Amino acid sequence: MPRLVSHPDEVKIISRRFGQGAENLDKYLELDGYKATQLALEKGADWIIAEMKASGLRGRGGAGFPTGMKWSFVPKQSDRPKYVLVNGDESEPGTCKDHLIFLHDPHAVIEGTIIAGLAIGAKMGFIYLRGEYRYLLKIMEKAVADAYARGFLGKNIFGSGVDFDVVTQTGAGAYEVGEESALMESLEGKRGVPRIKPPFPAVVGLYGGPTVINNAETIATVPHILLMGGEPYAKIGSERNGGTRLFGISGHVERPGVYELPMGYNLKKAIYEVAGGVRGGRGLKAVVPGGSSTPVLRPEEIDVGLDFDQMGKAGTMLGSGGIVVIDDQTCIVEFALRTIAFYQHESCGWCIPCREGTDWLKKTIGRVHAGGGVDKDLDNIRYLAENMMGRTFCPLGDAAAMPTLGFIKKFRSEFEDHLNGKPCPYARHEELVGA
Amino acid sequence: MSTPATTIFSPETAARFDRLVTLYPVRRSALIPMLLYAQDEVGYISDEVVKEVAQRIGITELDVRNVLSYYSMLRTKPAGKYNIQVCTNISCMLRGGYEILEHCKQRLGIGHKEVTPDGQFSLEEVECIGACCWAPAIQVNYDFYDELTPEKMDAVLEEYKTGRGKETR
Ligand SMILES: Cc1cc2nc3c(=O)[nH]c(=O)nc-3n(C[C@H](O)[C@H](O)[C@H](O)COP(=O)(O)O)c2cc1C
Ligand code: SF4
Ligand code: FES
Repeated sequence: MPRLVSHPDEVKIISRRFGQGAENLDKYLELDGYKATQLALEKGADWIIAEMKASGLRGRGGAGFPTGMKWSFVPKQSDRPKYVLVNGDESEPGTCKDHLIFLHDPHAVIEGTIIAGLAIGAKMGFIYLRGEYRYLLKIMEKAVADAYARGFLGKNIFGSGVDFDVVTQTGAGAYEVGEESALMESLEGKRGVPRIKPPFPAVVGLYGGPTVINNAETIATVPHILLMGGEPYAKIGSERNGGTRLFGISGHVERPGVYELPMGYNLKKAIYEVAGGVRGGRGLKAVVPGGSSTPVLRPEEIDVGLDFDQMGKAGTMLGSGGIVVIDDQTCIVEFALRTIAFYQHESCGWCIPCREGTDWLKKTIGRVHAGGGVDKDLDNIRYLAENMMGRTFCPLGDAAAMPTLGFIKKFRSEFEDHLNGKPCPYARHEELVGA
Repeated sequence: MSTPATTIFSPETAARFDRLVTLYPVRRSALIPMLLYAQDEVGYISDEVVKEVAQRIGITELDVRNVLSYYSMLRTKPAGKYNIQVCTNISCMLRGGYEILEHCKQRLGIGHKEVTPDGQFSLEEVECIGACCWAPAIQVNYDFYDELTPEKMDAVLEEYKTGRGKETR
């Protein structure tokens, strides 16, 4: 069972019910469960979208797109049914926050799905969990069944005259399926190869109908926003970054865990105070701030606020909120190799810059790490990665290239040391190829 | 597109599949869950599984094979009864994921994607399993074990060897 952590600086909104037994519907109702849904039914779509816009909530899946705005793009009139699709594929290395939501607060996901449906005029929602999350899928399935049994789902929910169905779905192992258009393909029973955009899912999505796709944390936040009000929620965060977020702090810290911090919270404080600093009193070498695809920061760069805009200004991204802390005894070349090995493994192979680029990057970085590199390898790594950027069919290509560029730009001397015949002072792993 | 007259699956699984195809706007949406649940029962995606699933969904066997080759959890060869999946991705690597993998290799005497001669265990190095803050983490079939050390890993293996391990299906 994943360990829950706590720190006084946390503002517990999404994680409020963690560890309280809220997977049980009666307990959930005691803890203000399904009040937001009833409020939403009473007040209607325009009110929901206005509150969501006021909240400043930005998507927690990685890109940080404003949720209220996303919902407002869905056409009011549509010949085809509209859908809500909850993205619980959670596969970006460093990210394990949705795991806790499904485990501790499954009904919040259901409520958020219903409310999103009410906002856009959908009658059906899908909650897609990665295949590895079977025990969490079972918790979600039970929650859905319990909600049906009470009339919170199905025909005429809460006696409102509105119908809403929720179906849970399992994946079967694929990072790329987390990309929203690949996710729709997967849910339609196909290979997870992304779709061309436009049209955007809000117009032509699942089964050809207008579709809102949101991350599980985004969706689980929605009922809290409606209950506390959009504006008060926005005030908790920083400018244009409303509310709180679940930050997973992993790697070489004393107290790894998932902490709910206000948007804009200082990254350095998050590492040194919230997570207890670098393990064993060691020095800090680097921080990957938002999941494996976000460019690395050096220790002197971490005095920065954790929100989408401030991280962008610092030359990286807030991403999935998975902060990976790396101590001074770690080989960055090895870390870069493990990162690119992942993207090479997960590339769906559809477009050449990503399929070939990730493969060559892995080979070249692998050679450098093994001590068999040549001088021009470093420029080649950079050249390859730069030429993948913006030239791939979906953002996975960028997600592979960006961190690589970060490692080679910010830790070039470590790559050079490997070339100059110095044995890697840190590496402990003989062969390192990834899964 | 039909429920077959004879099925290779248990009555429970067959009943589950009958229902599964009705849940979605299109029947084909049941394909990936159906393959995974079929694998849970049969152990892998055999030719017979492909055939029956194709019939149930109403697509060709080739369509089924095309999809199944995409998803890393779906396999066309048997694994061990207990498939040990060790995450070595970044957060786990930093906290000893490779040491756990190496330890398992030695204890079980097998390598990546190999099966022990008695068919009890198989071993796999896997990508991030969404347990990064509780690293290093592994899964035995669908069950998670986290914050592992070689000693704790031994205890987990021992539980499965003696038939006391968890078995989420
Ligand atoms: C390769 C790739 C993998 C992704 N994986 C996930 C994922 O596992 N979960 C997720 O919510 N979003 C993931 N995303 C982002 C989604 O495409 C999409 O932007 C997100 O689900 C939208 O929800 P949000 O607006 O609530 O963030 C991924 C994107 C890419 C390019
Ligand atoms: S960028 Fe990579 S994952 Fe995306 S479509 Fe191209 S090959 Fe597939
Ligand atoms: S990196 Fe191992 S569980 Fe995420």
